[in-house]
Amino acid sequence: MIEIPTLGWQSIVIFVVFALSLLIATYCTYAERVIAAFLQDRVGPDRAGPYGLAQPLADAVKMFTKEEFFPGGANKALFIFGPCLAMITALMSSAVIPFGNNVSFGNNLFFLQGIEVNIGMLWIFGVVSLGVYGVMIGGWASNNKFSLLGAIRAASQNISYELAMGMSLIAVLMISGTLSLREITLQQSIAGEWHFWNIVKQPLGFIIFLVCAFAETNRTPFDLPECETELVGGYHTEYSSMKLGLYLFSEYVNIFVVSAVMSVLYFGGFNFPFQYELRDWLVSNHDWTLASAQNLITFLGTAGLFLKIFAFIFFFMWIRWTLPRFRYDQLMRLGWTMLIPLAVINILITGGLILFGVI
Amino acid sequence: MQLTNRAKVLEKKPMTLAERAYLPAIFQGLSITMRHFFMKKATIRYPEETRPFSPIFRGLHVLKRDEQGRERCTACGLCAVACPAEAITMVAGERKKGEEGLYREEKYAVSYEINMLRCIFCGLCEEACPKAAVYLQPDKMAPPRYERDEFIYGKDRLVEPVSPDARSIRGIQLTPEQAEALRSKLA
Repeated sequence: MIEIPTLGWQSIVIFVVFALSLLIATYCTYAERVIAAFLQDRVGPDRAGPYGLAQPLADAVKMFTKEEFFPGGANKALFIFGPCLAMITALMSSAVIPFGNNVSFGNNLFFLQGIEVNIGMLWIFGVVSLGVYGVMIGGWASNNKFSLLGAIRAASQNISYELAMGMSLIAVLMISGTLSLREITLQQSIAGEWHFWNIVKQPLGFIIFLVCAFAETNRTPFDLPECETELVGGYHTEYSSMKLGLYLFSEYVNIFVVSAVMSVLYFGGFNFPFQYELRDWLVSNHDWTLASAQNLITFLGTAGLFLKIFAFIFFFMWIRWTLPRFRYDQLMRLGWTMLIPLAVINILITGGLILFGVI
Repeated sequence: MQLTNRAKVLEKKPMTLAERAYLPAIFQGLSITMRHFFMKKATIRYPEETRPFSPIFRGLHVLKRDEQGRERCTACGLCAVACPAEAITMVAGERKKGEEGLYREEKYAVSYEINMLRCIFCGLCEEACPKAAVYLQPDKMAPPRYERDEFIYGKDRLVEPVSPDARSIRGIQLTPEQAEALRSKLA
């Protein structure tokens, strides 16, 4: 048996997750255009390759070969640093997400997860809120008042909605009693017991989280930082070439990560219904070993998790091509006077339910 | 002042709870867009699919041949006179001995040019022609080009091809049966 050291395995998983999130983000750009087209009775890009599947490649070539422009009076170092930071923070957060249960080769047990830390949720929140620095630095370094306005909007929007997001999360943490994403996932399905996913226990919390997730990823209807009707292009007005590409790309990576987080927190992560029944049935009726049956449901669970993630990504795009953008005062009113009180009420309700032993 | 009877009286009433909550409206919008997701698409994928033309569409010109494959045009110049855009120029020539199989009349067009950038596709040339030689085809258009001189169509591009299979009546491609009938008639 080849001994794979834990660190080696973790780096393999991180590398795979890194590649996967880039791949998914690449095809999100394609999916966005096709879904937009379909919702508007068009067919979308279908020229590059079969069904236009090579379109992201063509876009990448376009982005790389465009002129790289630096506006006069811009802080050059920060101008370059902005998109880099946006991309780095977007990619960092997927490291702690459990993409699957354990697989066993011989006596070795591996987790399909980059790093298992007991503060996974905190890590994601910390890194995601760092992401706004990329936008802020980029907007400030452009030496353009529209970019600066977009950056300021992004900062205030993120601060407003992070509060409600964190508070809606507290209710989940009160139920689970842990910050580890793996623990939260496993608690949503315990062998031999009938356990519901957190969405059943936290419907209000999920809606608050979902709305805040839209705001955190700067997606429509909360795409005020880059609203082209008022601010030309917001924080990326002055950006061109691949630096602009990195900004646009980091948005899709963020969507992927946020979708994964929502799947893990509220939709059971890598659990799927009747997984333990399937495992026991394979073991008792088809002479599978427990380990191989467990491996099978792990892979099915990973596929299920990605299915949930893709469903969320589709939902993000569906919303984008349905709802118009909020006005800035509407955005602030929704964040401060609606979502935060609702999140507090949600915490109180959850506390009451836990106190009386309902959940 | 009332202009029509369709004026609608709007009363400003306070929004209901469902309207203020905004979520029902969102679901309504989502269902509308989802319905469009599955609808028939309006796009015509151009080079592969083409929009159907009207049968009386006036497209690219053709200089017809007669039943024996001779050019019908006799270079009378009536089309050029009729042309409001002055797109047609021609040079007339006399038919030599032995060219009876090529040109129907004793006078023929040595060169015949239509500038497709000037042409307004009105079809007056077609109406003016006494020999039924020039027609505007209902199924072809002058394709886009990069150079202006490429839009000046000479006889090489205007005259109908000789082969009966490629021959058409009023620009409409013959069916194989019609082409076969024409071929046996020529033989």
